[in-house]
Amino acid sequence: MILGEEDHINEEGEFVINMGPQHPSTHGVLRLKVWLDGETIKKVEPHLGYIHRSIEKMSESLSYRQYGYLTSRMDYLSAHMNNLACALVVEKALQIQVPERAQAIRVIICELARISSHILWFASAGLDLGGVTPFFYAFRDREAINNIMEETCGARLTMNYMVPGGVIADVPSNFQARVKEVLKQFKDNYHEYDEILMGNVIFQNRMMDVGVLTKEDAIALGCTGPVARASGVSCDIRKLYPYDGYEKLQFDEVILTGGDSWARCQVRMAEMLQSVHIIEQLIDNIPEGDIVAKTKNVIKLPKGEFYQRVETARGELGVYIVSDGASTPYRCKYRSPNFANLSAIPHISKGHKIGDLIAIMATIDLIIPDIDR
Amino acid sequence: MLLTVTEMVIVGLCLLVFLILLAFFLGYMERKVAAFMELRLGPNRVGPKGTLQIIADTVKLLFKEGFTPDAADKFLFNLAPGIIITTALLAVAPIAYARGFQIWDINIGVLYISSVSSMAVIGILMAGWSSSNKYSLIGAMRCGAQIVSYELSIGLSLISIVVLTGSLSLNDIVESQANGWWIFKGHIPVMIAFVIFVVASTAEINRAPFDLVEADQELTGGFNTEYAGMKFAMFLMAEYINLFVVSAVAATIFLGGWMPFHIGGMTGFNHIMDYIPSSIWFFGKTLFIIFIIMQFRWTFPRLRIDQLLNLEWKYLLPISMVNVLLVTLMAIMGWHF
Repeated sequence: MILGEEDHINEEGEFVINMGPQHPSTHGVLRLKVWLDGETIKKVEPHLGYIHRSIEKMSESLSYRQYGYLTSRMDYLSAHMNNLACALVVEKALQIQVPERAQAIRVIICELARISSHILWFASAGLDLGGVTPFFYAFRDREAINNIMEETCGARLTMNYMVPGGVIADVPSNFQARVKEVLKQFKDNYHEYDEILMGNVIFQNRMMDVGVLTKEDAIALGCTGPVARASGVSCDIRKLYPYDGYEKLQFDEVILTGGDSWARCQVRMAEMLQSVHIIEQLIDNIPEGDIVAKTKNVIKLPKGEFYQRVETARGELGVYIVSDGASTPYRCKYRSPNFANLSAIPHISKGHKIGDLIAIMATIDLIIPDIDR
Repeated sequence: MLLTVTEMVIVGLCLLVFLILLAFFLGYMERKVAAFMELRLGPNRVGPKGTLQIIADTVKLLFKEGFTPDAADKFLFNLAPGIIITTALLAVAPIAYARGFQIWDINIGVLYISSVSSMAVIGILMAGWSSSNKYSLIGAMRCGAQIVSYELSIGLSLISIVVLTGSLSLNDIVESQANGWWIFKGHIPVMIAFVIFVVASTAEINRAPFDLVEADQELTGGFNTEYAGMKFAMFLMAEYINLFVVSAVAATIFLGGWMPFHIGGMTGFNHIMDYIPSSIWFFGKTLFIIFIIMQFRWTFPRLRIDQLLNLEWKYLLPISMVNVLLVTLMAIMGWHF
């Protein structure tokens, strides 16, 4: 058992470097204090709070239509999934029946966002390991998905599309054709990802047996998403607690047992194909009907506590709302996937080299604004 | 024939101008090769096809503040770029650019180049240590381990050709390839030596995938983290001159240098090949090898430090040692063409 184990580090005479808050590989303002013995890592201590914006506190003064928009600024690559969680918790509290058309659109958009997010992970994983070219290969497909996002919700980053009861606007008329085009492009290009990075023997050697997270540790540390699934934990919320019609769709939960960085890479690569599979089932069968259920102008949640979780690209996002019956939340708490996943880094990077720490951070796939909120 | 001092200075200046232009060209070439491989356009705004972009960048670096950190050892900090660029420039001297065109026809050319270029490690260690930055220090220590290790393989693959030629002079080595380049004459052992030379010299000049010394993503720039302005530009220029030197040496030793493509016994064909000027042969071969080394950089991710040293000590070094024995056997028995 790794938790509770104390590190005995003498502050005097140790070689300590601060990785971050300004460092090219922390992907944001994360600061890792690293104790080194030559190149070998003795201890890692994450220091947080550099991008804390008190999103939870701000939510308390925003209405239930407004508070979700802040979540696009948390895990900005899973913006749609974050918005969806906020919408779902309101729907759950008010027992709103979401139209089937809205559900289908939501799932398609969310899975596109998941592909886009995993593509960006691929890009930055290559970049962190010193290969610049994969970045540009990946951005070719990400651009295409971003164009669809721009057409549907008007933004390429900090996207907002999900509202309580459905979606904010109907999809454009060429939506189906565009999505099919993008999926075809992605599937045609998929083998290039293998050729440029995943199949590279240097990349594989950098990833294999690096940062092994055991199943017990993954559960104990609360890891979710691809990080936990690479360690053999079944934790896909889309399977375990389906929402928005995921229970009607055919897809596999990708679970590997390696637990090392290479397994995490493989899980994400396979998940992209699963997302493509999900979209293909829906894209020709978007039901006709309303895009949003009728709700009152001012939404008031009944008194009580409500919790809803969704599977974002990085794991389980939980929204916990305490309502006192007013039009704003009394208390809002987000259980963000990156915060839990971050806690794995100090445990799995011990004894590895500096270069491995970069590889581990790349495969944990942290989004720093989601850690601090 | 002894040159007068004036003549020496003029020749030296010409060489310097040539090398600066070469560094500009290689900088431009690298960006275009990278763009070509990365599905983008590369520099295309300043000058025709972006050719003047590199001049603009140099001017920018010239006008930047030559910053020296407070805690740095100022003397060594400012000396290090000088040492690195000097070693890079020294190694250029004995290279044969064309038929009968050599700045310095020294009879131990191969030995001279390999010994001078190994001095670059002193400059990098100096830069890393004097910066008083922990990332720089780690980069410098990596550099020491890396360059010292990979020199062995480079030396052994150079020796294999020296054994076949019986001379350390670059001119003699080129002349010995009049009836065919060594890579064709020397069967598989020389090809192995060639591959090892290209891999090891990529590591020797700290280029990706062996750029652990800089390792932007790990060490935020490694030994040159604290350098800016012209001092940084000198590191950059030294990198490109080193790239040219190792490619020129590889072209000279294995691909015949300025020697046109000859096939022993076919006089007519050899005459046609002689019609192409020898300088074009030399630069063509050199640029070909530079192009290969550039492709490495834009294809492969970086190795880890222990994998890097394993590659040298567990694979390249034993293979080159056996290879030298094979080549020696071949030279004694006269099995090569």
